[in-house]
Amino acid sequence: MDYFLSEEQQMIVDIARQLTDERIVPIRAELDAKHEFPRQILNEMAQADLFGVPIPEEYGGFGGGCFDIVLTVEQLGRGCIGVGTAFAANFLGVYPIIIGGSEEMKQKYLPDVASGKKFGAFGLTEANAGSDASGIQTTAVLDGDEWVLNGTKQWITNGGEAQIYSVVAITDRSRGPRGASLFVVEEGDPGFSCGPKEKKMGIRASSTTELIFKDCRIPKDRLIGRQGTGFITVMKTLDLSRPGIAALGVGLAQGALDEAVKYAKQRQQFGKPIIAFQAVQHMLADMAIGIESARALVYSAAKHIQAHPKDMSKASAMCKAYATDVAMKVATDAVQIMGGYGYMCEYPTEKMMRDAKILQIYEGTNQIQRNVIGQELNKEYS
Amino acid sequence: MKIIVCVKQVPDAKDVRLDPVTNTLAREGVQSIMNPYDQHALEEAVRLKEKHSGEVVVVTMGPPQAEEMLRQAISFGADRVVLVSDRSFAGADTWATSYTLEQAVKKIGNFDLILCGKQAIDGDTAQVGPGLATRLGIPYLTCIQKVREATETGLMVERMMDDGYDVVAVNYPALLTVVKDINEPRVPSLKGKMKAKKAEIIRMSAEDIGADPACIGLPGSPTKVVKVFPPEARGGRSVLTGTLDEQLDQLVEKLIPFL
Repeated sequence: MDYFLSEEQQMIVDIARQLTDERIVPIRAELDAKHEFPRQILNEMAQADLFGVPIPEEYGGFGGGCFDIVLTVEQLGRGCIGVGTAFAANFLGVYPIIIGGSEEMKQKYLPDVASGKKFGAFGLTEANAGSDASGIQTTAVLDGDEWVLNGTKQWITNGGEAQIYSVVAITDRSRGPRGASLFVVEEGDPGFSCGPKEKKMGIRASSTTELIFKDCRIPKDRLIGRQGTGFITVMKTLDLSRPGIAALGVGLAQGALDEAVKYAKQRQQFGKPIIAFQAVQHMLADMAIGIESARALVYSAAKHIQAHPKDMSKASAMCKAYATDVAMKVATDAVQIMGGYGYMCEYPTEKMMRDAKILQIYEGTNQIQRNVIGQELNKEYS
Repeated sequence: MKIIVCVKQVPDAKDVRLDPVTNTLAREGVQSIMNPYDQHALEEAVRLKEKHSGEVVVVTMGPPQAEEMLRQAISFGADRVVLVSDRSFAGADTWATSYTLEQAVKKIGNFDLILCGKQAIDGDTAQVGPGLATRLGIPYLTCIQKVREATETGLMVERMMDDGYDVVAVNYPALLTVVKDINEPRVPSLKGKMKAKKAEIIRMSAEDIGADPACIGLPGSPTKVVKVFPPEARGGRSVLTGTLDEQLDQLVEKLIPFL
């Protein structure tokens, strides 16, 4: 379907598509098998200026909005959401700086992210704080001119690969959510280390580690925004980043449909290609309907978010939950259509199905998304 | 370092078919692309520029539609692009083309290095690069697989051979033709694409480059195509099996008739 993209938007799509087809698709199976971080691909994406897409122009980026980043990651997702996740998590790491950081902080960090010289990561989740962020145990205490961080973050994307980490820590436990603050921790800060790479079901090209803070001392000015605004900034960050996850889902689903149709046209059973059978046709048709409706919702949500930065939550949650549910369904059906071949590691759909599952879990489970939507509805009708 | 890259627009090999009656290329509806070898030449030029500073000028002789390819060249990092285009260039063979490019290069002026693809994937002659160098009276090296070193005065390069490679030093000005092994061309950048959209295309006609009408296009082309035919399919192949000794025996048997 034609979404009437502007010339610049089409350029972004063309670049991301070419990178995906020429650089990601040929080695995605190998990256998956070796759990290998796609540094070379990310470097090429940096050279192609893709890291600058959502960074404001005054800090060396293109000043693109949510929609531009959605277009970018949709293409990457078609190839490999492991690579797409490594790329997108980078912005999850720096959105807090864009949203709440001081001018000096933006000057210090954003140009290096826009050029791809440095990667970002976002440290929120802990062993006892997933969907319920109030369970955060990591603390930050001011000691003279330094903050001292203690605690452990879990399942942090780009852990060990990023140089800039936005980390949530409790600065005043008595104040509940208003006692959480956000800090920038840099690779090499004393007392900061990353755990070993986790072994995962999918998105194995992305790195997932613990972030460990043992009396980690950072300068006072690494606090993002004011003390106690951490939780609000985290919510805004996730509202802004979720359409990216939704777009990874649209891309993955499109990639799975492409494979399934290609296969159905060439696979002969009972003397004809299996696409000639209505049972297969209907499955493919439902996959296509799901993808196109998800894409339309993600694009609309992204544009809405760009235009209404104070009213992001519902649109963001709706597109994330819907598009990633579609991705899981479509990837599963693609494997079904391809039968035994689809289940084999030789074909890409097996990886797509494994990869798809995380989309329904990370950046807020799809159940949490529905909570958000429900709460917003409750507010709207009050 | 000022580098001139010669590029050619060719039909995308993925789409090309031979007309079964005339045995000529059926070009209708076939997408045009930058000759893949030339893409590698451009990439190498841009890398040399990025490392040693300088300028990359891309030149093509072709129809007005070649403008699109030149804009693409900008997005890949070219600084200036020159379209040498004139109806009177039509029908040029490699002799007339190398003359035309020589005139254009002289018009563009001072350069240290000219890079070309090894050959174009449509004509496959591999003659224009060496022809251009010969006309300009500069040294040329073909099938370069690596630039080892670039200094103020010249280059140290690897020239691909059937049984390995030669390491050759050459002083500027020189012309190199490159093979695909030399690099992996980049994906164009967003800044590059935006620049390409606005870039000025420098146009040169036969008159602009001071070309002798007798030396260009069909009149300037001594080559006459007598017949075009698809090559015979290659003979079958056989796989020898058994122990190494058994295989060697079989091989000798097979080779004896050719002695």
